[in-house]
Amino acid sequence: MKSILTALVSVALLAGIQPLAAQEFAPAVVFDMGGKYDKSFNEAAFNGAERFKKETGVAYREFEVTNETQREQAIRNMARRGATIVVGVGFSQAAGMEKVAAEFPNVKFTLIDGVVVKPNVQSILFKEHEGSFLVGMAAAMASKTGKIGFVGGMDIPLIRKFQLGYEEGAKYVDPKVEIFANMTGSTPAAWNDPTRGSELARSQFDRGADVVYAAAGATGIGVLQAAKDKGKLAIGVDSNQNHLHPGTMLTSMVKRVDLAVYGAFMAAKAGTWKSGVANLGLAEDGVAMALDADNRKLITPAMEERIGAARRNIIAGTLKVTDYTAK
Amino acid sequence: MNESFLILIVLADSTVRVAAPLVLAALGGMFAERSGVIDIGLEGKMLAAAFAAAAIAATSGSALAGLGAAIAVSVLLSLLHGFACITHRGNQVVSGMALNIVLAGLTVVVGNAWFGRGGQTPQLEGSARFAPIDLPFAAQVQNVPVLGPIYAGIISGQNILVYVTAAVVPLTAWLLYRTRFGLRLRAVGETPGAVDTAGISVSLTRYRALVLGGVMCGLSGAYLSIAHNAGFVRDMSAGKGYLALAALIFGKWRPVPTLLACILFAFADAIQSRLQGKALPIVGVIPVQFIQALPYVLTVLLLAGFVGRAIAPKAIGVPYAKER
Repeated sequence: MKSILTALVSVALLAGIQPLAAQEFAPAVVFDMGGKYDKSFNEAAFNGAERFKKETGVAYREFEVTNETQREQAIRNMARRGATIVVGVGFSQAAGMEKVAAEFPNVKFTLIDGVVVKPNVQSILFKEHEGSFLVGMAAAMASKTGKIGFVGGMDIPLIRKFQLGYEEGAKYVDPKVEIFANMTGSTPAAWNDPTRGSELARSQFDRGADVVYAAAGATGIGVLQAAKDKGKLAIGVDSNQNHLHPGTMLTSMVKRVDLAVYGAFMAAKAGTWKSGVANLGLAEDGVAMALDADNRKLITPAMEERIGAARRNIIAGTLKVTDYTAK
Repeated sequence: MNESFLILIVLADSTVRVAAPLVLAALGGMFAERSGVIDIGLEGKMLAAAFAAAAIAATSGSALAGLGAAIAVSVLLSLLHGFACITHRGNQVVSGMALNIVLAGLTVVVGNAWFGRGGQTPQLEGSARFAPIDLPFAAQVQNVPVLGPIYAGIISGQNILVYVTAAVVPLTAWLLYRTRFGLRLRAVGETPGAVDTAGISVSLTRYRALVLGGVMCGLSGAYLSIAHNAGFVRDMSAGKGYLALAALIFGKWRPVPTLLACILFAFADAIQSRLQGKALPIVGVIPVQFIQALPYVLTVLLLAGFVGRAIAPKAIGVPYAKER
């Protein structure tokens, strides 16, 4: 018994010492509750990490958080096991990362979609309002009734940011456009309720809307499906969701989380990684309006041209979109 | 056409869609509870059935196969519940909650291993799903005043499971109140000792009740994933099983009041989707949070003030043991 214990302790010690001894580059990523195959936000992060692995041949550690209490633990584990950089995916990891970053001042941390102010934390935000502005323009131009809809997930400032940008974009094209906006709920369950999403979308269609924008995680699946069932147009979010229902998907507001993860890993490897807050917008290709074979027919050249012009103006700074979270 | 009448039609249409799974689950739970077995596992069974339906429909391309799988899974889980708390006389609430907790995780784990999409199933297309059915003449009678829109807007254009639900309600009532089996089932839930004395097996009757409840709960799960929606998303039952249970208690364990309770909950939900962000006369725009709390506020008010005491079946929650 005693010998087994000694063996175990020594193994544990070895395991603890090894990463420190080998000063090699060890990236790690902690996914959030959606899981790395969520066809949306987390999967984009996963794709970025995979791209890094493919191009550099450096493997990364990963962890999929499956309940609220694991986040901080997962981040701490990565840091303790000698990760050089830990990427946390999603705003809900902010609290955990803030604690762990203080405990491991020599480890680099990158947080996506949230802000932690610490000398060893990089916070990457996206200008969702800019991308939403463009899809809002597309919605207003594609609408025949002059009425469009928005279905948000959980009622948090981040989702209000999507909504405000969308509304401003639509009004930019047509000041008289009528916008119906609904939030699915005020708890995290609102991200996983496609039934409610579909009912909300249908109620908007019944009021005359013919384009709906879903910024609601998996709840959005119900929204996009309702649009398909009713023959209306829908706009996806985060990943390019155009392929889900070609023909009724007007476009998607793409958030390049993959670029953020890939960029953080590459910069850390090259030694150019910097802490602080990075805000990726249209200019940095952090957000974009998806245009591919699946929705090519729905976006007319006139629409494309007008949206392209607005995009250039936003980048140039001559067209201002209000950021809800900065108000 | 009067605008408020049209709004009413749309609300009623939405109410029917939201109420259907609640009614199925609640009436399924009624069988179990009237026979003396608490069915708090409705939520988990509904979730598992929804997953089974979507997974099988996605792999086979047939909605009927999905429905069959949903019913099979739900019945099996009911039997498991029965094995724990009828045969082994375990605590029924614990067994039911165990089902809920295990299935919330299991559906995601199995789904992830099977489809690799974070617990979601692929989106269902065409025949893998029960699409809305337009009843004959719906388009023609649309312009008939009052009755036309009711027929075309509410009755027609629902999926097959909604019509099944409509048929199940009178069937349940008949089975429970007009058949020998129903009498025994109710007796087992009130005074199992008397039924046993009459030479009828209490366990067998309770098992039968659970199987019936399982079938209906399977229907409600399938409704969620392959009729109303087109695919499974984790936790998609979103508390509907508990809501169905509440409706059952609210309806005093009787079919018609339970049906009305389900419709009330669904109506509150439909109205909630409608009222969000809408400016009402006098009060203006009501905050989202208040609207979202509306169904619950309504429930508390009604339960506290109008329904009176709900008397449960006497032997509910009590495992039956023959005298030793």
